[in-house]
Parts: sequence; structure tokens; C-alpha cells
Amino acid sequence: MGIKDRLIEDVGLREGVKRLTEDKIEQVVQTVLKGETGARLAAYSEICMRCGLCSEACHFYLSHDGDPSYSPVGKVQQTMAVLLKKKGRVSPDFIYGMAQIAYTECNLCRRCVHFCPVGIDTGYIMSTVRRICHKLGVTPQYIQDTAHSHSATFNQMWVKEDEWTDSLQWQEDEAREEFPGLRIPLDKEGADIYYSVIAPEPKFRTQLIYQAAAIMNAAGADWTMPSEPGWDNSDMCMFTGDFEMMGRLKRKHFESAQKLKVKRIVMGECGHAFRSVYDMGNRWVAWKMYPVPVIHSIEFFWELMKQGKIKLAKKYPGPVTVHDPCNVVRGRGHHEKLRELVRFLVDGPIIETASNREHNICCTAGGGVINCGPPFKNVRLDGSKAKAEELRATGVKTIVAPCHNCHGGLEDTVHRYKLDMHIKFLGDIIYECMEKPS
Amino acid sequence: MLHPASSWDWQPGERVVLDSTGCPAPHEWQEEPYVAPDGETFGAAVRLEDGLFTMCVNGVPWEASFDKLWHPRFGPDGRLIAIVQQDGEWTLAVNGEVWPETYAFMWTPLFSLDGAVIATAIQQDGRYGLCVDGTPWDTLYENANEFSLSRDGQASAAVVQTQSLAAADIAAFQRGVFSVAVNGQVWDKTFVNAWTPTFDAAGQRVAAQVRLSLYDYSIAVDGELWKQNYACVWEPRFNPASGAVVAPVRIAGSWGLAQDGQIIWEPVFAQCWQQDFSRDGKTIGAIVATGYGKFTVAVNAKPWSATFPVVTDLVLSADGKRAAALANEYNANWRVVVDGQAWNGLFDMAWKPVFSPDGLHVAAKVEKRNRQTVLLDGKPYKRDFEQVWEPSFSPDGAKVLIRARDGGKYLRIVAQATDF
Ligand code: SF4
Ligand code: SF4
Repeated sequence: MGIKDRLIEDVGLREGVKRLTEDKIEQVVQTVLKGETGARLAAYSEICMRCGLCSEACHFYLSHDGDPSYSPVGKVQQTMAVLLKKKGRVSPDFIYGMAQIAYTECNLCRRCVHFCPVGIDTGYIMSTVRRICHKLGVTPQYIQDTAHSHSATFNQMWVKEDEWTDSLQWQEDEAREEFPGLRIPLDKEGADIYYSVIAPEPKFRTQLIYQAAAIMNAAGADWTMPSEPGWDNSDMCMFTGDFEMMGRLKRKHFESAQKLKVKRIVMGECGHAFRSVYDMGNRWVAWKMYPVPVIHSIEFFWELMKQGKIKLAKKYPGPVTVHDPCNVVRGRGHHEKLRELVRFLVDGPIIETASNREHNICCTAGGGVINCGPPFKNVRLDGSKAKAEELRATGVKTIVAPCHNCHGGLEDTVHRYKLDMHIKFLGDIIYECMEKPS
Repeated sequence: MLHPASSWDWQPGERVVLDSTGCPAPHEWQEEPYVAPDGETFGAAVRLEDGLFTMCVNGVPWEASFDKLWHPRFGPDGRLIAIVQQDGEWTLAVNGEVWPETYAFMWTPLFSLDGAVIATAIQQDGRYGLCVDGTPWDTLYENANEFSLSRDGQASAAVVQTQSLAAADIAAFQRGVFSVAVNGQVWDKTFVNAWTPTFDAAGQRVAAQVRLSLYDYSIAVDGELWKQNYACVWEPRFNPASGAVVAPVRIAGSWGLAQDGQIIWEPVFAQCWQQDFSRDGKTIGAIVATGYGKFTVAVNAKPWSATFPVVTDLVLSADGKRAAALANEYNANWRVVVDGQAWNGLFDMAWKPVFSPDGLHVAAKVEKRNRQTVLLDGKPYKRDFEQVWEPSFSPDGAKVLIRARDGGKYLRIVAQATDF
């Protein structure tokens, strides 16, 4: 089986390829390969032995009964390897399939790097394929719409400026009923912490803002949230391959924090945004590291726990299992902090999935795959069978998943595979168990 | 200007303006303080015991109080504003008096240079735009952002969405539904995106970054495009003397500066932004990166030799002979860098440097171990404080106004060079 046997209709891909000619494709591929890729891509294509050891790493391969066309090397063979061999002279139809593989059959999770004897990063190769697809104008409709939103509003869900601040004030009002005197300080210059979130929070997960405010308040944190654009740390442009826009988003985000003279940014429970702020987006801008330190919620809550600033009235009933978000675990090594924190919060053991920590299997939503929307939902869920089996084997009811995308993806997986589990953010658990005014 | 620096009290010495910065009226809590440019007034939002909010100014609460109140700020002329909500409607309170107009939401107040004109972003009935001294644009839009006010306050601009988009209609978006509205009137052309509309010195012309497709960026001036497209652009700015438009542009992966579509700084930088001009327009400075992770300042295309991981807050002296900026190591070890030389001392934070009007002196607010002070030409003021506000110079450049809060008091200090 190969991509030709499983093409899915998507208006973004379809309309995109209609505009292409082989000449145009060749020119764009050459421009990207010559101008933007350099030694790394060349080395990967030279040293890959086609040994297939990476196959077992990929949940798409595992979930499709070992179909080699879903293996990392199989995906490279159907995309970049062909571009390199044919020097970019391929047909528009080829681009359709290539885009579908790169955007919807790879989560850029980088699990395969650990399985490859020579350390080939298939996620990087797929990112480069996506970059070419972006330049060719062949991107799935829904994730492209998200990228459009980023460009027009500096957030990923078309949240208008008044809606943002109004949501914060509304959550502050609500939380103040429960925690007298609570504030969500807006634009407080010189605060210790700039708290940043992603647009689904003001749009439909406002309870997360409420909970964050409750935790900050209880911890006595000196914190602020910005009223103006820059507050959304997320970055679907990184995943569509629109690196110019990725750079613009990161500039906006960091300048917003710099303008407020904060010491550091604490970001909500999001995985992919972390990749954008400390790896890809910052680098496009020419900053080696993030210009303002960005602390993921896992680390922040862990810090609060160590400092005795989270006071629990009760523990959350365990056992639980932990889902490690790729970008903060493989990308940043937060897996032990996550477990220490969970042990502190939960009464009962952590039952690990068979693959865990830096070898964790991706939720299958990451890398922008869930953002490709309804047309690809079934593909995504077919691909999460391996994850579902590992989750089922734990026998527990609660999955702790400190990432928005993982959360969304795992909810679908739980539903599809009838797992009878529910998914919690760390903030959900801390809020539920913390001491509150009587 | 209603209240120029020349009319402020420049008598050297320290004056306690408030013995206690706490609001004497009974209140549940008091929020972050703000102080007037002349240092005479200290204000903070307070939540009163009845649950309403007001501003407490030099120890006296405004007569009016409100259901909600946010974004208190002093304007350049010393008027204190706050965005306030009463009966579900938002407006602006200026020195405690509200505008007669109310809106469904209000944010981003902008001041003219002298502070006489105040504009704010507004939303009413789901339509967006600006209001100027309370009066809304004649036309409001589906969405608006990137708000801008001319120096004299006579003109205002924003990026606006000219038509509705159905959910996930990527084709319509790529045909271009964004443009720039000036005083509410939209340009003829629409773009995929537009950002950072900016006025010329006279407030007559507007330049903005535009994206013409997902890949082609350019600059539009009064709705007309530059002839060249680029891989990316940043904010355009008008040369204050010649009126030419200068913007950072990206070509083949590197950045330079273009003026009216012609390259004036070769694209050799890994980054280039925040360009600034001398008053005569002959000197241009910009923050640049000479390589990956190597940020500095370039003046007339020539970079300083010292580079830093991060550089922010570039400012040129009015005569263009000098430049100052801040450097840091990923938000730690801040330094003030003047004419390419870092001053002694590493700080936990530093604020944008300020030149004296004659360009001879530079002052900057800095923070170390939770104490703040002001540096003059690299030397710290003789004491530090819990908080200081950014310094300003007397018109003759000989004195520095320090506004400071310490030990529960609010102080106004006119310092001389010998005090540092
Ligand atoms: S989904 Fe993960 S494991 Fe599979 S190819 Fe992509 S990066 Fe590798
Ligand atoms: S494990 Fe590495 S070398 Fe082997 S096929 Fe996969 S990518 Fe190639």
C-alpha cells in the first residue's frame, strides 16, 4: 500500500495542486533545497541505510499492522527521496500525496530519531517537505485557516482583541467570587511572570484561565497577562511551513513580554508552542535561545510544589497514567519533573504505558495533524490505535496530559477505542485539590 | 503642549510628594501605581469597600467610581486616564470625567505627542475601529487592529477587515480581505495581510507592511505598493525630513533596509528592525544581527563591533551623532550600551535609555536585586529605591527628573550631575 491508495479529499490540497505545473514545482523545490536546507538534509539522504529500524518507532506503522508505507523511512521514500532523485521535477498529483503524508501521517514527534542507528530525524525531513508544500500552496484547509488566523490576529482562532481582554476580565470576575481579592493583572510592567496561553483557552477552555488565575493567586505569584496581541504563544505556521509567519509570531510574542519587562514567560499546558519558542521560531528570528525564558507549566507547577506554594486540601484519587507530550519531553526532558509532580498530586501509583518518557508514543494529534481538521480525523484515529492499546493496558481511568493538542487527540482516541478513561490537565488536578477559601 | 517640560519644577533637590502612597479612603485593595510625567501626581486604581473601582490620585479618590476599571495611564500632558465600565458600557475616564460616548468594549488608548488628543480602539455592535476623543469613526469594520495615531492626533489609522469570511474560507482570505483605514476611510486596495500602519511626521501619509500572497511581502504607502516584493518585511517608518519610507526587507535569507523600494542597506544581516532616524533624517540606526545570535546596532549600515545575544530599545540622539540601546543575555545581565560601548554594570532589568535634548547625556532606569535606580552617563544615582519611573531631562539637559517610590513614600527628585 502507498499514499495513492489512501488519498483523502481536502479542498486546500485539491485547489492547491490545480494551480501547479511541473515547472513551478521544480523551481520551488530547487529554491527550498538549495536556499534553505544545507548539509543536514543532504547527510540524511546519504546515510539512510533503509534498514527499517525506525519502523517500530512510528505509531502510524504500528497502528497499521506494519504497513511499511507508514514507516518513517517509508514516508521519506514517498516524499523527499523522490524530490531529491527527480530534482524536484514531479507531477502535481505527486504533490497531493506528498502533502497528505507530511501533514497528516507524521506528527513530527521525533520518536523515530531514537530508533535510528544513525540518528536520522524524519520529523525534520517532513518539516522540510511541509515547507515545500507551503511554498507550493498545497496545505490542508483547516490548518491553513489557522495559519491565516495567526497572520491576521496573532492568535490561532480568530479571537478579536476585545474578546481576549473581555474573557480575562470575565474569568477574573468569576474567580473572584470563589477567591476574594483575586486579580488577573493586565499589562503589569515588571511582573515576575508573563502568563501566556493559546487561543483555544479564551475561545472555549476558559476554565483553564480561571484555574491558572486561582493557582497564581494561591501561590502569591507576581504575574501578569498582556491585553494586546502577542499573548498567544502557539504557532501553526511552524507546522504549515510558513516560516516567515512563524518568525513574525515569535517576534510579536517576545516583544510583548519584553515591553512588559517581565522576568520570564510561563506558558500554559501546551506542547507544540514550546517547540516554536525555544527551537524553531526563535532561530528563524536569529535568536539562539528564547530572548525571554519560557517555562512550561510542568516545570512551573513543579517549582511551586518544591517551594511549598501549592497547598493541597486533598489528593486526586489514583491510580493514573501519564501521557508525555513529545515537545516538552523528547524536546525538553520534563518527564521526571512531570512524574514528581503527579506523585505529589495523586493518591495512588502512576501506571506507566509500555512506552513512556522520552520513548513515549505520540498522541497522534501533534505536529499540526489534529489541526488538519475533520477530513483527516479518521486517519488520525486509525493512527492512534497503538497509543490506545498502550493506554488500555494500564487499566486506569485517568490520563494526565499536560498539552492541549494531546488532550484533544486523546479525547478522540478514548472515544473511538472505547477506553473508558478521562483526561486531565495538571491545572485541572491542582485546582480540584488545592486549598480553597471555605 | 499644555504642560511642557519647560514649565515643570526644576529646582534641584528631593521633595516628598506623598508621605504615604496608600489610598487613605477605605478600600479592599490598591493596584499598581502610575505617575505623571512631571512627577507631581501619583495615581493607583483602588477597589473600594462597596466593590466599585476608582483612581486614587495623590491620596484623593476620584468622585466617580465604576463597576470595572483598567489600564490607568498618565498622558504626556499629565492627564490621568482609565478605561471604565458602568452599567455594562465602556468609556474612558479622563481625570475622573467620563466621555459621553460609551462602547461595548474599549482598549489600546493612544495619545498624540503632546497628549491633547486621545484615541482608543472600540467595538460597538460587533463592529470595530477607533474613536478619537470619544467620537467614533464614521465607518466601523468587521475587525480592526494595529491601531495608530498621528503625532498631532489629527489622523488615526488601523488595519481593518473589509468583508466577512466564512469559517475556514481559505480562498477568500487569500484573495485579500484586509486593508488600512485612515480616519475610518479604507484604502482602495485590499491585501492578504496588513500590519503596522504608521504616519509621517505631518500626519498626512500612511505606510504599512502588506502581504500580497502567502509569499510576497511589500510596503504600501497611502494604498500604493512599492514596485518590489520581498520574502518578508518589517515595520516601515517615514524619514522625518525627506518623507521617504524606510523598511527592513528580507532578500535571499538576509535582511537590509529599503527606501521607497530601493535598497539602502545591503541585505547582509541575520536580522534588522526598529530603525530610527535623527531629526534631520540623515542618520538611520537599526537593531541588526550580524550573525546568528549576534545582535547589535548599526548606524548608517555600519554595525557596532560588540554583539550581544539580544538587543532592544534603540534610541538615537536628536542630532544623530549618538545611539543607545539595551543588551542582554536572554533577559539576564542587562547592559546599557551607548555608542557601541557597554556601560559598567550588569542589571536584572534595564529600561529604554533617554538622551538629553542636546544629545550630550544619556539616562536610563535599571534594576538589580529588586532595587531600582537611574544611571546618568553610566553612573548610578546616589541611592536606590523600591521603584523608579523612567527618567527625563530638563530642557537644558543639565538636570534629571527622578520619580521614585520607597519606604511607603512617593518622591520627586531633581538631580544634577554631581548626584550621580
Ligand atoms: S510520526 Fe513521529 S515516529 Fe512517525 S515518522 Fe513522524 S516523527 Fe517519526
Ligand atoms: S532507522 Fe534510520 S537508517 Fe534505518 S531506515 Fe530508518 S531512517 Fe533510515
